[in-house]
Amino acid sequence: MSEVAVQVDRLSKRYVIGARQAKYATLRDRLVSGTSRLFGRGTGSKADVTNIMWALKDVSFSVKQGEVVGIIGRNGAGKSTLLKLLSRITAPTHGRIELTGRVASLLEVGTGFHGELTGRENVYLNGTILGMKRAEITEKFDEIVAFAGVERFIDTPVKRYSSGMYLRLAFAVAAHLQPEILIVDEVLAVGDADFQKKCLGKMEGVADQGRTIFFVSHNMQAITRLCKRVIYLEDGQLRHDGSPHDVVRKYLHSGLGTMAVREWLDPVTAPSSRAARLWAVRVRNEEGQYTDQIDIRKPVGIEIEYEVLQPDRKFRGAIDVYNEEAVLLFVALEADPAWTGRIRPPGRYRSIAWIPGNYLAEGTMIVNVSLDTIEPLVYGFKVRQAVAFHVVDTTDGDSARGSYAGPLAGVVRPLLKWSNEQDLGSTQEGQSVSSAT
Amino acid sequence: MHMAQSESVINSPTQKIIIEEKRSGLLRVDWAELWEYRGLLYTLVEREIKIRYKQTAIGVSWVLLQPLIAVLIFTAIFGQMAKMPSDGIWYPAFVLTALLPWGYFSQAITRSGASLVSSANLVTKVYFPRMLLPLSAIVSPLIDFLLSMGLLFGLLMYAGIPLTWKVITLPVFVLIAMLAAMGLSLFVSATNVKYRDVGHAIPFVVQIWMFVSPIVYPVSLVPERWKLLYGLNPMVGVIEGFRWALLGKSAPDPFMMGLSIVMVLGVLVGGIVYFRQMEREFADII
Repeated sequence: MSEVAVQVDRLSKRYVIGARQAKYATLRDRLVSGTSRLFGRGTGSKADVTNIMWALKDVSFSVKQGEVVGIIGRNGAGKSTLLKLLSRITAPTHGRIELTGRVASLLEVGTGFHGELTGRENVYLNGTILGMKRAEITEKFDEIVAFAGVERFIDTPVKRYSSGMYLRLAFAVAAHLQPEILIVDEVLAVGDADFQKKCLGKMEGVADQGRTIFFVSHNMQAITRLCKRVIYLEDGQLRHDGSPHDVVRKYLHSGLGTMAVREWLDPVTAPSSRAARLWAVRVRNEEGQYTDQIDIRKPVGIEIEYEVLQPDRKFRGAIDVYNEEAVLLFVALEADPAWTGRIRPPGRYRSIAWIPGNYLAEGTMIVNVSLDTIEPLVYGFKVRQAVAFHVVDTTDGDSARGSYAGPLAGVVRPLLKWSNEQDLGSTQEGQSVSSAT
Repeated sequence: MHMAQSESVINSPTQKIIIEEKRSGLLRVDWAELWEYRGLLYTLVEREIKIRYKQTAIGVSWVLLQPLIAVLIFTAIFGQMAKMPSDGIWYPAFVLTALLPWGYFSQAITRSGASLVSSANLVTKVYFPRMLLPLSAIVSPLIDFLLSMGLLFGLLMYAGIPLTWKVITLPVFVLIAMLAAMGLSLFVSATNVKYRDVGHAIPFVVQIWMFVSPIVYPVSLVPERWKLLYGLNPMVGVIEGFRWALLGKSAPDPFMMGLSIVMVLGVLVGGIVYFRQMEREFADII
């Protein structure tokens, strides 16, 4: 069992950002730049250097057969690039990978699924695309269908499936892959909670069979539950490699991970000024529990616990909420009528900002907290990336995504009131009314 | 990427995959791997065929309707109005015999030229030998072609043109058309990934190509001094072969036939080399 399954040596991947933007480069552009180069006035080379981005730089590690390795890091750290290199979707710029055994990668759920085809046809389609043999699929077919729970609809085109059924079938195929090396991107981030649990269970089963697994996730709970080892990438480089407990802790302490609770027990290290000191920032749900998983439909409270050290200060708290892409969603200044414009005598305070349910989009939210007063301008403290939490949609059908389970864009996800009217214009009445007025 | 059997594993024959920045030998196609993925080729072809006529009222009949209408129009315009010579063969039979292999070729080029781009979601999400995509688009119109051959045999029977032993040589000409389409589509599909101009050019190049192939007119109409250049078009050999095998026309000029075959093989080898070189970038730029 101690045999090396994956050996990665000094792996690097370079992207030319310019080329990415000019995705639909035309021959004409190429001819023009070719001509200018010919006449020695290349606009090129200097600009090219600045447009180069190393998505992955000098990454080396070795994984033994049967190891389950989690890969963590913030967006853009190189996780996806690493998975794409390991699964041979793209080629490295430098370096070498040696894989021993059959490899299957799962970077997306339902790759190749086609709406016009039946569930049965899609199982074969998706299965062979993921690298299964047709005979193998036939052998596991009943098991796959039962796992997905779509027996009755297996000969119906999948475009008539509900999104939940569609996802379950796609997951079921993936869950029955039996490669020696399995590469899984954050595919478990969608689907209903029960089914996610079922999939995690299935993956644990796969891991127990001595298969090597790479697993990328932002969900630290899943990472610590599934993985025996974690690799932490930052800016394309391998930052830490070790036991889940240690590496996840380091990741969280980098301020970029998810952490629902930050407490400063030592006044020396606590963010403070002469005017105030921060003791804790916590993310809580309606029931008052501290948690980093927030139901999209429910309000989330950002609790700031601090101590005012100087008298005569009209302090006011504030939070800035960012999403994973570092987009500032909003700034909220404290607006508690009971305390607005009032002096806060020295002592301990707890301010809670409630972000309403059905307001944030799904994903990781990162919160900055601060305390200040304007007249005169005095900063209490300001902590960037104080806490973070995940907004999750359990897809029960009553959030803004309704029964749709696919990707949904947007920085916020309000649940709007929709109204409908029927039969406009089909009657004369509407016209006569408008002409009468 | 190359594979070798690793010797140290006891239970199952485990393959070793090595991924490096440079690949040795441009022409080195991993045939064993392609064979390994034959199930996927089958699936891709099956998908293409199944999707093609889903939610159509007359379904597969389109395969017959298209050449049938083309024959009617061509016979009316070129046969009746323009009095185009057809080497003494009844014009509808003359033109349909050429239209079917041509129809296959143009479908194969059009579909495979767009194959990588239209399957971008597969290319960026999963590994498989990329060549399977253009290859599957070369194979799938073959089914349409075979079905429409029934129409041709019906027409020949109606015209009282007897079948001879020469019919058994048809697969050879079909193979030439397939290889020609494959070679070309390796260039076209790979270039299309980077320059979408290619996608716009395909329909129009195919249209011109149709008129430089002996479909509505006989080869005998081409002036002698242009024959060499004309023979570089592999579809000339294919169409002449079809007419020889089915209509009892004189055998295709062996020199022109040979030239066609050399041309086809040259394009195929060039296409493989080119495709292998471009392939590594596909997922990054598609």
